[in-house]
Amino acid sequence: MVAVTDSRVVPKTPAPAPAAPRRRRSGIRREGLTGWLFMLPFAVLFVVVFLVPIIVSVRSAFFAQVPSGGGLYGGGELVDSFVGFDNLVAAATNGAFWAGMGRVVLFAAIQIPVMIVAALALALLLDSFIVRRPALFRLSFFLPYAVPGIIAAMMWLYLYTPQVSPFLPYLPEGTDLMSPQTILFSMANMTTWTYTGYNMLIFLSALQAVPRDLYEAARLDGASGLQIATRIKVPLVRGAALLAVLLSIIGTIQLFNEPVIMEAANSWMGKDFTPMMLTYNSMMGEISPSGSGPASAYSLLMALIAGVLVVVYALLQRRKGDA
Amino acid sequence: MTTTRLVTLAPAAKRRSRTPQAADAPPPSIAPGPLARTFGVIALVIATLYFLVPVYWLVVASTKSNADLTSTFGFWFADWNLGANYDSLMGWTQGLFWRWVGNSLLYSVSAGVIGTLFAVMAGYAIAKFAFPGKRIAVGVIMAGLLLPVALLTVPLYIEFHTLGLTNTAWAVIIPSAVSPFGVFLGMVYAQSSVPTELLEAARIDGAGEARIFFTIVLRLLGPAMVTIFLFIFVATWNNFLLPLMMISSADLKPVTLGLYGMMSYFAPDKGAVMLGALLGVIPLIVLFFTLQRYWRSGLAAGAVKG
Repeated sequence: MVAVTDSRVVPKTPAPAPAAPRRRRSGIRREGLTGWLFMLPFAVLFVVVFLVPIIVSVRSAFFAQVPSGGGLYGGGELVDSFVGFDNLVAAATNGAFWAGMGRVVLFAAIQIPVMIVAALALALLLDSFIVRRPALFRLSFFLPYAVPGIIAAMMWLYLYTPQVSPFLPYLPEGTDLMSPQTILFSMANMTTWTYTGYNMLIFLSALQAVPRDLYEAARLDGASGLQIATRIKVPLVRGAALLAVLLSIIGTIQLFNEPVIMEAANSWMGKDFTPMMLTYNSMMGEISPSGSGPASAYSLLMALIAGVLVVVYALLQRRKGDA
Repeated sequence: MTTTRLVTLAPAAKRRSRTPQAADAPPPSIAPGPLARTFGVIALVIATLYFLVPVYWLVVASTKSNADLTSTFGFWFADWNLGANYDSLMGWTQGLFWRWVGNSLLYSVSAGVIGTLFAVMAGYAIAKFAFPGKRIAVGVIMAGLLLPVALLTVPLYIEFHTLGLTNTAWAVIIPSAVSPFGVFLGMVYAQSSVPTELLEAARIDGAGEARIFFTIVLRLLGPAMVTIFLFIFVATWNNFLLPLMMISSADLKPVTLGLYGMMSYFAPDKGAVMLGALLGVIPLIVLFFTLQRYWRSGLAAGAVKG
């Protein structure tokens, strides 16, 4: 990265220059060097943790690991052998992958709107002087975010388990919260519980940056409380809401913790319930085809789909904003 | 309790445009009517129950035996079985439970300290220096904000496996220490609270860049660093997929991974699992309550800029 950008700048340096400009130019170069020195530690780790893995996953998607001895049970060490688009084609034509993708897209279509609307509603309520001490409510709503996702999932799993659950006895006889028909909703509830308060806090921060005079002026012009909320406040948090939805879409595509915990108690879900579970279990050799090739191919497809969904959503929002 | 103390602390957070005290007394013109107030309070109370009751149940369940969990009223205590659950937790984890909590603490603090320092340095560089490739660097880092990070875990595992770093603490600490959001926050705070004139004055006085950074800039960015540390610490503590892939030795597991092993075990002692879950989140909850205002300033920066 450094080399590429340097080559864009260096040719501009003229060879001879009068004394004063040269000193300024060397000052600029020193500033550039100092800037990069401050960037360097983060840049190195960023390359190790973000850029190299991207290259690794693209590369390994085009390779399969086969025993060097050859044959089905051939001995020898595993070596990489180039297979072209085989892994990607196999991944893209794998019914289990698309079934899992269908589940997370359905999950996202239900869970994200519910969570964002609830978070927005709670933020509006806390911002509208309905309660004297919003701090106490704010803290209670945000508390679930402090519970690690995996521990929240374990807690909810027990809350859904017959006999253990404290509230199942009060629901209609025969309610099963972990059946094939209900399990997506049960998991959506876990995610909603964890992240609603977090998103509410983002909206509340955006709302509280708005000068209060604006609302008083609207009131003087005859706007009702509901109108202030829907016509002034909601449009003001549009940017924050857009970002929250985008991050939620990206998070949901990678859904992993909740289904892994649920699968521990409901083995009918299988090791490929979501694309991320499929990827992990392929990598760990639990699912055939296994190995880094198929796992990387799934990762790339998921990244591609996440990217497409994000772009489509952002474009739709922009068009709506223009209209 | 804690909250009232936090309310009195809040004015110290200068970034906020409105203090809670101001929110207490709305001008009559925008105060809600009695009907709106009634429905609003009902909605808020229902939401509070939804968010808090599961945590309350976790506390109750961690004091019960398996038999009482299935036979007694769920939302109230039965025979006090906390001691037996604790013994069962220690027995099942072979005494490793507190070591797992210690591991989580070690990973989260290390990633937090390294990640915060590097993020603040990078944010400061972006905010205060012109350097070649800056726009590309900023673009790449911001793209990193939107990258689905779980997808990187599989290739990260392959990379770290090649480097021989899997099943070491570094395999968790290094990936957790890289926070594009931290750089973003560092940049926003450096722009707003490090005056360029101050830096120039220090340079004229002959101070070197490193000295300026470590003696002046870091002091000015103190609150920002707490915020960034908090985000990295919690993200590291809560991460499950990364240690699941990287760590295989029982004595290197963080508490999330250790508890998962216990839960996925056939017919576990549920009260003991819940006690482990509770003990595994207490450090985080303490951090949340004590450092609440730093969370809000970080999210505010993200919300307003985003």
